Amino acid sequence: MTATATRRGDKKKQKLEDPRSTEEISAERRKGRMGLYLILPGMIVLALFFAAPVLVLLSMSLNAKPPGGEIGEFVPALEFGNYVTVISAYWDVFLRSFIFALIATVAALVIGFPMAYLVAVRLRGRQLLQGILLVLLIAPFFSSFILRTQAWKQILSDEGPVVTVLRAIAILPADGHLTATAFAVVCGLTYNFLPFMTLPIYANLDRLDTNLLEASGDLYASPLTTFFKVTLPLSAPGIFAGTLLTFIPAAGDYVNAALLGNNRDTAMIGQVIDSRFFKIVDYPGASALSFILMILILALVLIYIKRFGTKELF
Amino acid sequence: MTTVTTNKSEPGTTTSSGADLHLQNISKRFVDFTAVDDLTLTVPSGTFFALLGPSGCGKTTTLRMIAGLEQPTSGSISIGGQDVTKLPSFQRQVNTVFQSYALFPHMSVLDNVAFGLKRKRVKDTLQRAKAALAMVELEHMASRKPTQLSGGQQQRVALARALVNRPAVLLLDEPLGALDMKLRRQMQVELKSIQTEVGLTFIHVTHDQEEAMTMADTVAVMNKGKIEQMGAPRDLYELPKTAFVANFLGKSNLMYGTVLEDLGDAVAVDASGHRLVMPKNRAVAHSGAAVVGVRPEKMRVMTLEAEYSPSANMLTGTVLDASFTGVSTEYLVDVPGIGTLATFSQNMGQAPAQRGETVRMTWEPEFSFGLDGNEKATEGKDAL
Repeated sequence: MTATATRRGDKKKQKLEDPRSTEEISAERRKGRMGLYLILPGMIVLALFFAAPVLVLLSMSLNAKPPGGEIGEFVPALEFGNYVTVISAYWDVFLRSFIFALIATVAALVIGFPMAYLVAVRLRGRQLLQGILLVLLIAPFFSSFILRTQAWKQILSDEGPVVTVLRAIAILPADGHLTATAFAVVCGLTYNFLPFMTLPIYANLDRLDTNLLEASGDLYASPLTTFFKVTLPLSAPGIFAGTLLTFIPAAGDYVNAALLGNNRDTAMIGQVIDSRFFKIVDYPGASALSFILMILILALVLIYIKRFGTKELF
Repeated sequence: MTTVTTNKSEPGTTTSSGADLHLQNISKRFVDFTAVDDLTLTVPSGTFFALLGPSGCGKTTTLRMIAGLEQPTSGSISIGGQDVTKLPSFQRQVNTVFQSYALFPHMSVLDNVAFGLKRKRVKDTLQRAKAALAMVELEHMASRKPTQLSGGQQQRVALARALVNRPAVLLLDEPLGALDMKLRRQMQVELKSIQTEVGLTFIHVTHDQEEAMTMADTVAVMNKGKIEQMGAPRDLYELPKTAFVANFLGKSNLMYGTVLEDLGDAVAVDASGHRLVMPKNRAVAHSGAAVVGVRPEKMRVMTLEAEYSPSANMLTGTVLDASFTGVSTEYLVDVPGIGTLATFSQNMGQAPAQRGETVRMTWEPEFSFGLDGNEKATEGKDAL
């Protein structure tokens, strides 16, 4: 009895205590509607250029070849067998794509983190040097993606400096190659997506409070312990963003595999989709592969977010 | 008092009295200026020691060198007789309470406090961390993140995080700087009682002279990388040796003059025609140019008709400004030839002197202090 009474009293009090008048509340609601109008253009663009193509892709992936039809002739159907066919034919390529992307992501993290740390923490306050290094980091974007990958072909070629040196110190046998190997493909992936790893980490480390590093040292933590207990956990949001931005495009990439690989044991799923679409003209198969790739990346990313990404990090 | 005694007998708060700290000819030079200039200093174990000075005087740099966060350009530092000059900060038995607190935002309050203990791999880490949190009355906040705490609470966590390690020397870098006045006074009392309780060597850096005087056993006033004067707060206040200390630690009236005659254990000084007497043992110079100083509260303001002791120093002047504050009336009095002097009289029911009125100011000679005649009377006056 008393409990109900109190609760009712509380409610009344709350209502009384709400300082906003009805006009203010409706103004707030108008403001909310205003926000909806503002995101409308973005929603339209997304609907036209993302949602619609995905639906087209989905329906295309279920098309069937009519009996006696010509090459490239397909009719709308619900041919789920397309998925079974491509998965059984290309599951190993999917697996390889994700392994390559994973190795490239880890390599980019190992290379990119020290770079970001140098610019953001060690060179803090030296704005000119910081600026120059940041421009150098972004500079490759000023030239074409294909051109840069082509350049890696030159660097890793049999006559190039890398192979010459590696042969000289007998790490590579005298007839060893680097081009047309998995190593070359992963190198290309790492290089091409390195800025996507480095920049988010830089943006995060730029805000790192160096007092915390001093405090950690003051509390008997060696520099190595300080790195693992303080620096690394605090830069987790940057690493999280960087790894996603590197892994996702690397998993679907086909340029590096095409230019630096050998088309046999280095093929990536992007390459297969490319040839299914444009060379073999198997639209349903290519669409099914695209869709599987999308779902797999989405699933992997969701697992990753669930495991490492909390709201608190952002 | 009772809390102090009971806490002392509690496990985990066993007292270790800290260690002597010795700085020998320490200098720190940066490219364009010298922050600390040939400083030699000994802090006996168990002392609450304050380094007081305006910003840029080198007090924080000195503290950072003791912590190992900065390398001295020359000189050596020893703690408990052991030379630690070359030791990196993580190997020194020293802990710091940072001005910004520097609490780890990704850890809970308890993990913050346990951080140092975990690194040292001591037993009962969590037990001790909890005990330390209890000492600063924050045990109920153990699982919170530092950002969920108020400024004063964060300050106490920072203190617990440093104290729990029982360092040989505890360094406090303006730890109360970010708190409001009321909380500051409260924390001053708490800090002092914690120091008495744990008996560690505390080195407290501050620019607040009142804070330094209320908390510290020994105060060292720093200016331009050097220690101007060091001693017990009362000694420093009653007998400043330089104009900087006279002005930075409280207020002083400083008057230029020349020594007229030797009176045995005192000297008489002629200050623009006024004869002022000061004891020899309170004067830096006994002949030639001298500065006579007196604290405002040591002077008495009276009407021209009032009687006064014939042995007292006496000046006559015109009241420039009189402001009634309730407890007292503060006066600015212009004395011909000497300048404007500050004084005040406690409200004992008498009518305050009015602006423009001519008044007499007297003080006993033993309240005078004498500085070197070459001192700049305004030194340290507006330093903060």
